[in-house]
Amino acid sequence: MPIHDQGYRHYAGRKRPLGTAWWVIARQQIRTVLTQKRYLALLLIAWIPFVARVVQIYLAANFQQAAFLATSKELFRGFLDQQGLFVFLLIVGASGAIADDRRANALQVYLSKPLTRVEYIAGKLFAPFAFVLSVTLVPALLLLIVHVAFAGSLTFVTQNLYLLPAILLYSVVLALVGTFTMVALSSLSKSRRFTALTFTGLFFFTTAMYQALQRITGSQLWALMSPRDLLSVIGDAAFRIPGQRAVPLWAALIAVMVIIGLSVAVLEKRIRGVEVVK
Amino acid sequence: MPPVVELQHVTVRYGARTALQDVSATFPTGAVGLLGPNGAGKSTMLRALLGFVPPTEGQMTVLGLDVAKSPLAVRARIGYMQETDGHIPGMNAVSFVAFCGELSGLPRADAMQRAHEVLFYVGLGEARYRNLETYSTGMKQRIKLAQALVHDPELLFLDEPTNGMDPKGREEMLTLIADIARNKGLNVILSSHLLPDVEYTCEHVIVLDKGTVATQGRIEGLKGPGGSLVELRVKGEPAPFFAALAGAGFQVHESDDDVMRVFVPEGHDPQAIFGLASTHRIQVRHFRPSVETLEDVFAKAVGEA
Repeated sequence: MPIHDQGYRHYAGRKRPLGTAWWVIARQQIRTVLTQKRYLALLLIAWIPFVARVVQIYLAANFQQAAFLATSKELFRGFLDQQGLFVFLLIVGASGAIADDRRANALQVYLSKPLTRVEYIAGKLFAPFAFVLSVTLVPALLLLIVHVAFAGSLTFVTQNLYLLPAILLYSVVLALVGTFTMVALSSLSKSRRFTALTFTGLFFFTTAMYQALQRITGSQLWALMSPRDLLSVIGDAAFRIPGQRAVPLWAALIAVMVIIGLSVAVLEKRIRGVEVVK
Repeated sequence: MPPVVELQHVTVRYGARTALQDVSATFPTGAVGLLGPNGAGKSTMLRALLGFVPPTEGQMTVLGLDVAKSPLAVRARIGYMQETDGHIPGMNAVSFVAFCGELSGLPRADAMQRAHEVLFYVGLGEARYRNLETYSTGMKQRIKLAQALVHDPELLFLDEPTNGMDPKGREEMLTLIADIARNKGLNVILSSHLLPDVEYTCEHVIVLDKGTVATQGRIEGLKGPGGSLVELRVKGEPAPFFAALAGAGFQVHESDDDVMRVFVPEGHDPQAIFGLASTHRIQVRHFRPSVETLEDVFAKAVGEA
């Protein structure tokens, strides 16, 4: 009895070139996230501080009584600091990036297709990275544009040209550290909940450890073990604001590179078509 | 016709354990069964051909491409149905199969169209909007076949495709595989430890045992290489009788029941069995000419005498 012969045909169209599968994964991740109401709401709420800053810039530009609210480098630094909470929540929301695939045994499905492990990881990193930039880099740059629009001149921007690369650097470093760490942690477990808890635990534990060790030893170099404080050091340096931590910028940058390097090493070890148990 | 897959002296090791040892094999076009007991190295061979596990020695070509040099080009032209369950969480069947099509290089609209087509082809047309996590084992096997087919590969790797299926589902799956190989022009490598599955769908077989190739060739050729086969049931002390048969050049394969199968090599007279039985005071209760099955080929190859 012939069964199910309902139109299997050979494919006569053109296929995409190799090396583009990462975007298929990234697009699917973004689509999945945007169908989740909670995540979507978080993305929207994350723009409330931007609206508040726009009002501040508007008032400062139009009312002399509000001159104390004038745009400064501290405004941008403070804004990006405020966004830290949303960045944290958005990254925690990506805890299932690889853990879900491991739970559903999907790694072999992905890696049996014509894509490299690097493409798979890039696809998984892209969505949280883009979402983090959408609540840091994009609104911060828009704030600069809003200032120019309300002030009617480029004076502030030309006097503070370093703000553009500062915003870019700080936002990108923030997004890189957060997404690489989370995606690497996600590759270690089959449970997104466990991954989220581990990330949260690491975040707060390292901060608490830094504060405790700093009080005990009096040395602020312990900030190197706390990603949160490392990022603050980089942010302060980028925005040319006197830092609260006596940690050299180069040391903070090296520590950030170590975090990203460790994450890459974990991903290299964990993302395989076959898990070899020795 | 050039071979679809060729392995030359391939050795694969997982740490200290050797999964494949100096394997040389040629997979011709059509359907080829990769047969062997559990742990023989079948899945390892498929994973090595996919580039998941690099061999420590040897060379492999798939569709004329060197696996070590062009793993992506190889994977673009093959479909892989993995042994274990695997899906993308939160997707229904259409979106999953279409997504796999996109990963394999199909444009989005084409991937969606082909997802519908192959889901109908594998018999999941009516269930294609259901979440994959609600699928039964049989349906999961079919969806794995659909995702392997969606980009119209030239070669399909099927790793234990009937695992966990009920008899009806298994028959339908085998019919599908046979149809793919015979009517749709796709090459198939079917890895299985189930002899009837391979015998039903394949013309060629490669038998693996303990990481080495025990035998390979056309099933018909392997089953009937001269000589004949008889079924035998005897009463009396069998051990000396079997030893005498072996000494005379016969091969005795015992089965679970009391009927044994005796291979009579070309040039030997089956009637000689009676003479040996008489010499060893054995009563022959049952003597019937039989035909060699793939099971016999397998038993001979892996030495299950």
